[in-house]
Amino acid sequence: MGKGKRKVPGLNQSSTADISFILLIFFLVTTSMDTDTGLPRRLPEWDPNVEEQELTIKERNVMTVKVNKNNEILVKNGKINRPIDVSELKDLAMEFIANPNDDPNLPIIEPYDIEGYGTVNTTIKHVIALETDRTANYEIYFKVQHELSKAYTELRDAWARRNFGKPLSECDPKTEEPIARAVYASKISETNPKEYGTE
Amino acid sequence: MSKFRSNGKREMPELNTSSLPDLIFTVLFFFMMVTSMRDVTPLVDVKTPTGGSEIEKLERKSLVSHIYIGPPARQFRATLGSAERIQLNESFAEVAAIREFVIAERESMFEKDKPLMKMSLKVDKGSKMGIIQDVKQELRKAKALNIVYSASQEKPKN
Repeated sequence: MGKGKRKVPGLNQSSTADISFILLIFFLVTTSMDTDTGLPRRLPEWDPNVEEQELTIKERNVMTVKVNKNNEILVKNGKINRPIDVSELKDLAMEFIANPNDDPNLPIIEPYDIEGYGTVNTTIKHVIALETDRTANYEIYFKVQHELSKAYTELRDAWARRNFGKPLSECDPKTEEPIARAVYASKISETNPKEYGTE
Repeated sequence: MSKFRSNGKREMPELNTSSLPDLIFTVLFFFMMVTSMRDVTPLVDVKTPTGGSEIEKLERKSLVSHIYIGPPARQFRATLGSAERIQLNESFAEVAAIREFVIAERESMFEKDKPLMKMSLKVDKGSKMGIIQDVKQELRKAKALNIVYSASQEKPKN
């Protein structure tokens, strides 16, 4: 028989640290911290009724960028029609989209109403048609997309600097950025893949 | 003089380790929060292209589903050849399976997140465009319109 109160023996906790160490190492092994990065795009909606709309677009409003099976890039608009290097694409696209000198061979500049800002003169009707051969290389295609995206971003940035007095990265993402985005709205159209390669 | 001198041997005091588990647990919880479970084991070799200023970080991993496209990994080369294949989850798939994959991924999301779903295309940079165009057509049919061409940030050359 015990006599009266007995002390509860303290639990030995010296191994708790080891247990938590094992848990920690397990998590270190099974998880990854790498953040995913990439180039975001939005696909056009699929409408089974409209197979391929024949849009009548004035020739001056279209720039065709073609990547053929030899991974050459051909650019055709009102001013030029020749194979180019991918490093030239951004400047050509910027000149085409903005039409800074009101060239009659480049897209028409029209007043365009932007909600929450007012009317601006911009080439709202321009279209960049991107045609890629089925056997073309993905890396070239990616670079083309990247350069076109860069052209739009630089134009928006320049516009924001002129009109808001600050670069695009400092604009309010809720109010000012959408306006700069609307002035130079991305108009990249990808034609449906051709079955038998181009030409 | 004996005021500062100890008399004889002195024992080393033992370090109190009772707070060590708490410390480790804190580190553990930190890791649990900032990391996510490792993705699927890749069956295809994917080296994504590199880009510059336009590359954006993907926020909120729970919104992103991955489609891998590339040549089969070395151990499958003998049976599958080196033409590009699509990998969904843990297995090879055909283009036609993408629609089901999108529906399943969409089902597993919260209702309010469904329109924000993003498909990350992890495509090997040596791939041919044909398979990518087919995949994009399927994604359009499945109404998964937000896509991301997975790419890594180019190291600045200086």
